[in-house]
Order: sequence, then structure tokens, then C-alpha cells
Amino acid sequence: MSVQQISVFVENREGRVASVTRCLADAGVNVRAMSMADAPDFGIFRFVVDNPDAARSALRSAGFLIDTTELVAVEVPDRPGGLADVLAALAAASVNVEYMYAYQINNRGTAVILFRFENVAAATAALQAAGCKIVEAIPC
Amino acid sequence: MLSSHEVATSRAPIWDPVHECMPRHELAALQLARLKATLERVYATVPHYKRTFDAAGVTPADLRSLDDLRRFPFSTKADLREEFPYGLFAKPMDEIVRIHASSGTTGKPTVVGYTRRDLDTWAELVARLAFGAGARSSDIAQISFGYGLFTGAFGLHYGLERIGATVLPVSGGNTERQVEIISLFMPTVLVCTPSYALHVAEVANRMGLGPNDTSLRLGLFGAEPWSESMRREIEEKLGISATDNYGLSEVVGPGVSGECIYKQGHHISEDHFIVEVIDPETLEPVPLGEQGELVFTSLTKEALPVIRYRTRDISRLMPEPCQCGRTTARMERVSGRTDDMLIIRGVNVFPSQIESVLLEIEGVAPHYQIEVDRQGALDEATVHVEVTEGVFSDEAKRVYDLRDRIQRRLATVLGISLRVRLAEPGTIERSAGKAKRVVDLRQR
Repeated sequence: MSVQQISVFVENREGRVASVTRCLADAGVNVRAMSMADAPDFGIFRFVVDNPDAARSALRSAGFLIDTTELVAVEVPDRPGGLADVLAALAAASVNVEYMYAYQINNRGTAVILFRFENVAAATAALQAAGCKIVEAIPC
Repeated sequence: MLSSHEVATSRAPIWDPVHECMPRHELAALQLARLKATLERVYATVPHYKRTFDAAGVTPADLRSLDDLRRFPFSTKADLREEFPYGLFAKPMDEIVRIHASSGTTGKPTVVGYTRRDLDTWAELVARLAFGAGARSSDIAQISFGYGLFTGAFGLHYGLERIGATVLPVSGGNTERQVEIISLFMPTVLVCTPSYALHVAEVANRMGLGPNDTSLRLGLFGAEPWSESMRREIEEKLGISATDNYGLSEVVGPGVSGECIYKQGHHISEDHFIVEVIDPETLEPVPLGEQGELVFTSLTKEALPVIRYRTRDISRLMPEPCQCGRTTARMERVSGRTDDMLIIRGVNVFPSQIESVLLEIEGVAPHYQIEVDRQGALDEATVHVEVTEGVFSDEAKRVYDLRDRIQRRLATVLGISLRVRLAEPGTIERSAGKAKRVVDLRQR
């Protein structure tokens, strides 16, 4: 019940993120959702792709430092309060969100929120108990 | 009336004219007598010297002239480390009254000791250089070296008291407070590293004090290499005469040599130290006046005599007489090192110390580079460290935790704080299979 996220350590230098995306493109990997954590000295470029294995092997052989984490993808209705309801359910179950980012699906009237939890099992249980829709892959 | 130190000549007075202006043949006789006594004493009391003299096939009886010193083995910082902490002392601990230390190459400091008489000698040696640079009993001296195991502050403290100057033991750090103390206590002499003097000047200027607005007139600077252009800058910004002095804790601390008012090389107190200049590769003496590694033998130290101690400092001797009237040999300002030791904010740092810290920390590759630059007047050092996959995380705070852990550990081992920047694997420059460890961007 989770989605693989790949994170890449990027130094705060010109063209570093571009070289990551070029490497993915050359491997024929499509990025579905992404976010960038920035710090003064470095960044962490995080993304979900259509083919995590191909992405990992391409990035590794290009010498990038990578990490794989499990995210929980929750489909929420694209309306006011859609995300608020999900977060309320998590708060009620005392589940802490490390970070999250969103992916909009244009023609289905829903958005997918990607959550990073410390405790994936507890979070999944809380979300299911609250009737949230967890997806196993980001729909196209 | 003139004091005993002030001889009525047109030249500037000299603190100890008997020794500082001794005819060369008398000086040589004094050196030989003191050297014989020193060699006999270390051979009899320090197992390390017994062992190394025996291994080299020499005994103190083989010394018949000063040239025979060349037959005796060298000593190095590594010997002090091996005998850590007190193994090279030639006096029992009940006669040792002071310990100082400098940072070592593996986190283990180099320990030096002093008897009561050593402290007296040391004060006298610093008195010579302080007086020679122009300090007088009427001066008020602000000591902005950190008081502690480092020899700088205590050395200058007692030497300046010896000449009768008034000492303000301010210690290092908190530059705005240093400037306030300058305004409040009206010191005439500033004692610190040259880079810190420049920093004090800049902070003072920012606080509205120009070169003519302070009571300062003289700087006694040391503990790190600096350039003539830096001297001019300090002199302009603080409105003072800036002088350099030299020493290293293993030999005595500050007081080995210092500039007189002519600032043409450092007068070495040769009645207390024999200086040699060697080729660091062949270990043979270089022709007089040529550059090489400075080697010192102590002639009067009781607690920690050193025989042919290799300083790793590169300089040359200036045999021409100085217009000040001293007969002692002069050495040129130290221009570099034969090893990779860096001096950052006056503190000795070896790349190997940084390496040993990194090796202790899981997830850090043994690839690093130390970049030293001068931001304004202060040395800024950044250690670039390659990270490995085991510790990289998608969460920024964990990556920061790793960086902070490295920074804290480096600060503990080195005694100064360096910035740590994490680098992508394979990005640190490697030349001919070997990483380039040090990038020193400071102007010399």
C-alpha cells in the first residue's frame, strides 16, 4: 500500500538538478511527481517515477547519492476541505507527517497527496479507518 | 638617570645588551659550554635521548666543537607524541611548575613543561623581544591571545611584566568587547595574531574608531605566518607599528626570536638556542643564507630540553649585522612549512587530524578537502566531505544532523570550529589518484 520515492542529494551548484533530470530522461524514466527540499548548502530532490528500478540504476551508475523511501499516496477529492479531512483523520490518530507534496490529476476531479510518515503501517491503518482512498501507483 | 638596560648611545636601548650584543666568539664559547651540559644531562636523564644517541653511535663526549652537533640525531614532534605526555621531561614532576600544549597531528596534543627557572628564562626571552620591538615600562599591553594551554598569552604576559609594562590579560574573542577595552583602558600595545589584529582594526573602524582614535601605538604579533602587505594594512588601520615574533611551544613558546624596530628579520636568542637550517630532504645543512628547515637545540631549558628539534618551518638566516647593534643571527620571517600543517586563526591544524575524525564517523567517505580563505580579517575554513549512500536520507534534518555531528567532533579535536559542507560522491578533486587535501586561498 505504498509508493516508492527516490531522493537524490544535490549540492547547491549550478545545473545539478538539471543533470538528475537529464539522467532520468536518458534512461526513459518519466517523473510523475516531485518536490525539492532546499537547505543553504544542498538540496534533496525527491520524486516518484513510473519505473523506480530503472531510475535507481541509471542514477547510481551516474554516481548520484540516492535513497529510497516508501510514501503513502492518498487520493483526495479536488474540493475545499479535501486535504483538511485527511489531515484531521491523521491528527485524530496522532500520526505525524514528516512532509508531503501533491500531484494533481486533471481529468478525474481528484488530487493525489504523497505523504512521508515515520510509521507507514500506523498511518495506513489510520487513513483506512477514516475511509481515505489509498492508491498503489500514481495514476496517469 | 638611565636604567641598567638603557645604554647611552644613539641606538635604541637593548634589554640585555650583555647577551644580545655579545661578541660572536664569546657567544660561540658560551653555546659550546651550555650545549655540552645539555647533552650530558639529557643523555643521563631522558631515556629517549640515551636510546637515540646510542643508536646513532654518539655520546656527549663526542662533542668537541659546535660543528659536532651535526653528528647527533634530530628530534621531532613525533618523538613528543610517542613519549606523551611527560616522557621527554628531564626533571621530575615535583620540579615542573607549568604545562602547556599545542594541538598534535592525531588529536593528541604535544605537551611541554617548565621548571620555575624555565619560566624565569622564558619571561626574560620575551622581555628581550618586547623591549626590542619598542615596548617600555610605561606601556599598557592588551593581551588578546587566548589564555590556556597555548603558550602565546602566558609567554607575552610574563615577558611584558618583566619589562615593567602594565598587562591587561583580556584573553581572546568577543571583538567588540576588545575594542571597548581599548577605549576604556587606553592600552598602547596590542598582543595577538596578526589576523586577529586586522579583525580588531575592522571592528574598531566599524565602531567609529579610526587609526588615530585609539591609544595603541605598537603591535606584538605572532603565532601564524603573515605578509608585508598585511603588516602595512594593520599599521594603517590601527595607526601602530606592527612587529612579528616567533616561537614554538616545543622550543619554549614565543621568545625564540623577534623583530627589532628595524623589522629586518627576527633576532634569535642564540645564547639560549642553537639554530641550524637544513635541507628537509637530505637533512644536510644548507649554505649560510639559503632557505631550509629551521632546527633548534635548546641550551638552557631544564624541564624539556630539545636536541636538534625539527620545526618544519621554512626560513633562512641573515648573516649581515643589523643596524640595531645586536650581534645575534637573524632569521627571515617564516615563509612556509615542510609538512602540510595549516595555521587557522593561530591554531595548528593537520589534515590528518581531520581525516581521523572523518574516519570515526560512519557514512562519510575518506574523501575531503579543506578550503581556507580569509573573510575580512578572519580565517574561514570549510571542510568539504563526500557523503556515502548509507547515511543519506530523504529528510533534510537527518542530513543536517550528520553535518552537525562532524562539525562538533572537529571542533572538539581541533579546538577551533570549521564549517562542514557535504559533497556529492566523486566531486572532490582527485589529482593523479591522490586527493588534493588543502586549498589555501589566503594571501601570503
